[in-house]
Amino acid sequence: MELDPDDVFRDEDEDPENDFFQEKEASKEFVVYLIDASPKMFSSTCHSEEEDKQESHFHIAVSCIAQSLKSHIINRSNDEIAICFFNTREKKNLQDLNGVYVFNVPERECIDRPTARLIKEFDLIEESFDKDIGSQTGIVSDSRENSLYSALWVAQALLRKGSSKTADKRMFLFTNEDDPFGNMRISVKEDMTRTTLQRAKDAQDLGISIELLPLSQPDKQFNITLFYKDLIGLNSDELTEFMPSVGQKLEDMKDQLKKRVLAKRIAKRITFMICDGLSIELNGYALLRPAIPGSITWLDSTTNLPVKVERSYICTDTGAIMQGPIQRIQPYKNQNVMFTVEELSQVKKVSTGHLRLLGFKPLNCLKDYHNLKPSTFLYPSDKEVIGSTRAFIALHRSMIQLQRFAVAFCGGTTPPRLVALVAQEEIESDGGQVEPPGINMIYLPYANDIRDVEELHSKPGVAAPRPSDDQLKKASALMRRLELKDFSVCQFANPALQRHYAMLQAIALDENELRETRDETLPDEEGMNRPAVVKAIEQFKQSIYGDDPDEESDTGAKDKSRKRKAGNADDVKYDYIELAKTGKLKDLTVVELKTYLTANNLPVGGKKEVLINRILTHIGK
Amino acid sequence: MARNREGLVLLIDVGPAMHSVLPDVEKACSLLLQKKLIYNKYDEVGIVVFGTEETGNELAREIGGYEHVTVLRNIRVVDEVVAEHVKQLPRGTVAGDFLDAVIVEMDMLIKMYSAGQKGKKRMCLITNAACPTKDPFEGTKDDQVSTIATKMAAEGIKMESIVMRSNLIGDAHEKVIEENDHLLNLFSSNAIAKTVNVESPLSLLGSLKTRRVAPVTLFRGDLEINPTMKIKVWVYKKVAEERLSTLQLYSDKAPPTDKFAKHEVKIDYDYKVTAESTQVIAPEERVKGFRYGPQVIPISPDEIETLKFKTDKGMKLLGFTEASNILRHYYMKDVNIVVPDPSKEKSVLAVSAIAREMKETNKVAIVRCVWRNGQDNVVVGVLTPNVSEREDTPDSFYFNVLPFAEDVREFPFPSFNKLPSSWKPDEQQQAVADNLVKMLDLAPSAKEEVLLPDLTPNPVLQRFYEYLELKSKSTDAALPPMDETFKRIMEQDPELSSNNKSIMDAFRGSFEVKENPKLKKASKRLLRDKPSGSDDEDNRMITYDANKHKIDIVGDANPIQDFEAMISRRDNHDWAIKAITQMKKRIVKLVENCTDEGDKALECVLALRKGCVLEQEPKQFNEFLNHLFELCQERKLSHFLKHFTSKKITLIPKSEAPDSDVVDENADDYFTVKQEPMLES
Repeated sequence: MELDPDDVFRDEDEDPENDFFQEKEASKEFVVYLIDASPKMFSSTCHSEEEDKQESHFHIAVSCIAQSLKSHIINRSNDEIAICFFNTREKKNLQDLNGVYVFNVPERECIDRPTARLIKEFDLIEESFDKDIGSQTGIVSDSRENSLYSALWVAQALLRKGSSKTADKRMFLFTNEDDPFGNMRISVKEDMTRTTLQRAKDAQDLGISIELLPLSQPDKQFNITLFYKDLIGLNSDELTEFMPSVGQKLEDMKDQLKKRVLAKRIAKRITFMICDGLSIELNGYALLRPAIPGSITWLDSTTNLPVKVERSYICTDTGAIMQGPIQRIQPYKNQNVMFTVEELSQVKKVSTGHLRLLGFKPLNCLKDYHNLKPSTFLYPSDKEVIGSTRAFIALHRSMIQLQRFAVAFCGGTTPPRLVALVAQEEIESDGGQVEPPGINMIYLPYANDIRDVEELHSKPGVAAPRPSDDQLKKASALMRRLELKDFSVCQFANPALQRHYAMLQAIALDENELRETRDETLPDEEGMNRPAVVKAIEQFKQSIYGDDPDEESDTGAKDKSRKRKAGNADDVKYDYIELAKTGKLKDLTVVELKTYLTANNLPVGGKKEVLINRILTHIGK
Repeated sequence: MARNREGLVLLIDVGPAMHSVLPDVEKACSLLLQKKLIYNKYDEVGIVVFGTEETGNELAREIGGYEHVTVLRNIRVVDEVVAEHVKQLPRGTVAGDFLDAVIVEMDMLIKMYSAGQKGKKRMCLITNAACPTKDPFEGTKDDQVSTIATKMAAEGIKMESIVMRSNLIGDAHEKVIEENDHLLNLFSSNAIAKTVNVESPLSLLGSLKTRRVAPVTLFRGDLEINPTMKIKVWVYKKVAEERLSTLQLYSDKAPPTDKFAKHEVKIDYDYKVTAESTQVIAPEERVKGFRYGPQVIPISPDEIETLKFKTDKGMKLLGFTEASNILRHYYMKDVNIVVPDPSKEKSVLAVSAIAREMKETNKVAIVRCVWRNGQDNVVVGVLTPNVSEREDTPDSFYFNVLPFAEDVREFPFPSFNKLPSSWKPDEQQQAVADNLVKMLDLAPSAKEEVLLPDLTPNPVLQRFYEYLELKSKSTDAALPPMDETFKRIMEQDPELSSNNKSIMDAFRGSFEVKENPKLKKASKRLLRDKPSGSDDEDNRMITYDANKHKIDIVGDANPIQDFEAMISRRDNHDWAIKAITQMKKRIVKLVENCTDEGDKALECVLALRKGCVLEQEPKQFNEFLNHLFELCQERKLSHFLKHFTSKKITLIPKSEAPDSDVVDENADDYFTVKQEPMLES
């Protein structure tokens, strides 16, 4: 078996488990956004959350999509999208149908991957809409015009691209008209309804799913039963569920769209052995993983063409290029013990990839420091093993009720780990799911992964200072004052990532100014400066430090290492500039070189040559 | 001894009561020494055993007493000999007095290292502490222990006691144990000492910290409540994964005669414009590009430098929130610990006040951290209280990283309540599950908790070092099987399961699972590892170990075996189809060349049929049988066909494979019907 040495050693550097969650095939998604542009979309408004003004439904739909595009280009840039308005004055589509306008920008097919330019121009769509596209009701009883029908047709034609086997195809339909053929003569209405529904059904038969994002009037709920329930094929059970998820507000809408756009999930199949002779099937989902700026592609700086990296292993003795898997050595007892790549991978294979239940413990046995990496979410599946879901739900309920978690051995990761399986109840708010029901798998450290730092800071026989009742009371008051209202775990956008994308966008779109990104992680200064808060902090400080807050008493052992560093930085013994000029820096010891670096606030890492070069560069400036 | 070296004395009880666990003690100690040989080869090690028949220590020679304590090795730099030595500990004959041994050991350490010497002095006592200790000449045992402990603290000697209590025999006096525990506790309160009680060989292996890491602070600075109120803190890693060491690459290209060969391998990177071209670009001619949709946007280092997100070192408090607001599974990384600067008493107080109040009111703090200047990003995390149980340890916080909005992928999952009721457990099933969760208990009480992460060793590392040791003796040593001790983390404790057998049986009985018959072979492996109680002949194929000899062709000699092996190969599901196809060919050949070998062909057909039923490939078989039938008719091989009925070779009906379109009744009479005209002719 050919083994890639990188594969075997990779877990040293990164988590191979991530690979399980990466998509195996290049599966992608084709999405058509269908936006109703009828005058009703402009005249209906809802109350905006942020500022005290009314926003039109059209604005809500467009800004939702704009936001969705921006996340698409970052997260799933292989997906292809198209934007299509209906009930328009102008027409632009391949079928030359009235009242349908496919929005696009140059250098891009009608349905294609989102580009910087598309995003930029779509951001400005509202300014130019009236001039270029125009709004006009396209369902006319007399002329038998039916813009909804046409829109579905155009969208379906756009989605003809790509095989339905490797791609998901979807339409997102934004409208606030719950009864498009409501005011027509009964015969015309029936006819139009029938043909439109047939058109939708044809699309669905081709593997295209149609998702409705309805906008409700402030005074009148969008009534899905009038027409659309048949169009999107909801049965009566789903109907009751569907409505509460339909929002009125912009924020809700964005949320809905975000959730639905991401509805595709990548799972890893896990066999969970509960006891001998009973295994159930689970799927593992990576619901939490650090988002990182996309991978770097190296480019040739003169041509901006991608560079191909070739790695070669060269024997330092002979200069020969090494082929195939290379042996590894571990110096041990005055000899080099050799391992083949195959042998090393065998060492790591201590068990089958299954998840084995070992037993249960009360939840308080899971300490805050029992954590190594992001958890994996488990949800049962009856796809292959019928009965899995039932057993899973039973254990899930028991664990929640008895406040226990399961300890299991997970052989599927490298290295295999003990894991805690913590049941999570479903949490819902405003009709949306905040926490899905299931079990979170938390990876536990081994004994040697845990460090006893506390011991280091103990002074045997000397009691550590403990707070008085008054100090505790002041701390308590402080904590009450500094309570975060409505805190949710992931409310902060990653400032570095936001900045990175703003930078990319600015350079990609040739913008002169960087989009302003706000660092949401900074403390709320205004809140902190409220007199009551300031007072609470002041009182706590007073109770701890007494009247003289600047006098921090120094007791106990001095911090030696720190002193050493500081001391060194002061006594600069050599004239480094002179030494650098004469090339004598290399005669100094590494410690002496570091003295200079520390004194000048430069990094002190690296080999001696690196240090010397760093000093030379610094002096050169 | 240099600053960062360690002088360690292992103090091992080898009295009769310890004999059963000594093999595990040997294993743990040898791993410790092995790692020292690799990572800390200048550390110094001594070994003292007690409970031996004979006596051999300096104190006994100088002042008498201290019997049954033997110094196996004086403190000196770790070497191969000691690593071997520790694997063959003597078996003692008398109950040892651990206090005597501690004194002997302390004496060794003090004589070896004068107080002024830097470095770490550590002793490690492994005992069951179940044997009585002698009364001192003067004063009480308590006084004596306190004196020793104070002396140890003054000398900077750390003490680690591992008390092995799983194998207590009946005659161990409770009083003695109580007294000994009390004495060990005295050590803890007067010196840097800790006692770990271990129950199983597994936790014994885990309790001995075999890796010595010099603790390094990640951050020293202010925890800022607001700009006027700052607490001085240090941040360390509390948890960091111990990885397998990165092994060097080795080149065997140099001729064996070259004595100075370094055998090193250098990794070179070439940057080329296209795969074919030979033109290589210098590293500085490259520029970083980032994907933005279909485009790759080049960004120069200068641009990155000026535009990137900039951070300033510091820890800032954002506020407090209910602990229940932060669900446990949101912890993103390994854990840090935030301790107050030990030299600042007021900071110790401030941390303690907040931590204790947090614990009291179930609150946690949200903080924003930048550990180093110029760090690429900020970290938002949660501080949870770590209130110390020991008087002499300052309180601290644990710090866990929380996700950013971008890190969360919100996928909706169906609510359990909305699933069809056939997928949900009924009351009886729920009761059975409750019982299992209650009774399969790993922590009957806080003291008896098993599989504590803090005491569980890493099986992969254990195995690697074991293998390394074997390989150092013989290059082609085989990989040792997984140590029995580690079964305890990979499988359920047999004792626990057998105690709860009725509960497990009830669970198994209440929750029947079965493979989804609609799914095809590819995925059919989930239930295979189920030990089957039935004598069903078909199971033979399941247990056949195809991986031993990977068979990829159905040969002439043993077609049936080959076929069975191949069809049960699970490394790729194509094998089933391949096996079937090859078997068909083989049968056709056998039939075509058939003179008297009809039996062999028939057996092959039977095997193929069995295989097709198992793999749920009825069509494959039924069509083939049809084909075979026609073939026989063509070649006038009716004698062959006759056997079909006698051997009960029929089409695969629906009852055997749901995918089959042959109704059960028709499966048998298929041949009789078809055969009729032939017989007439």
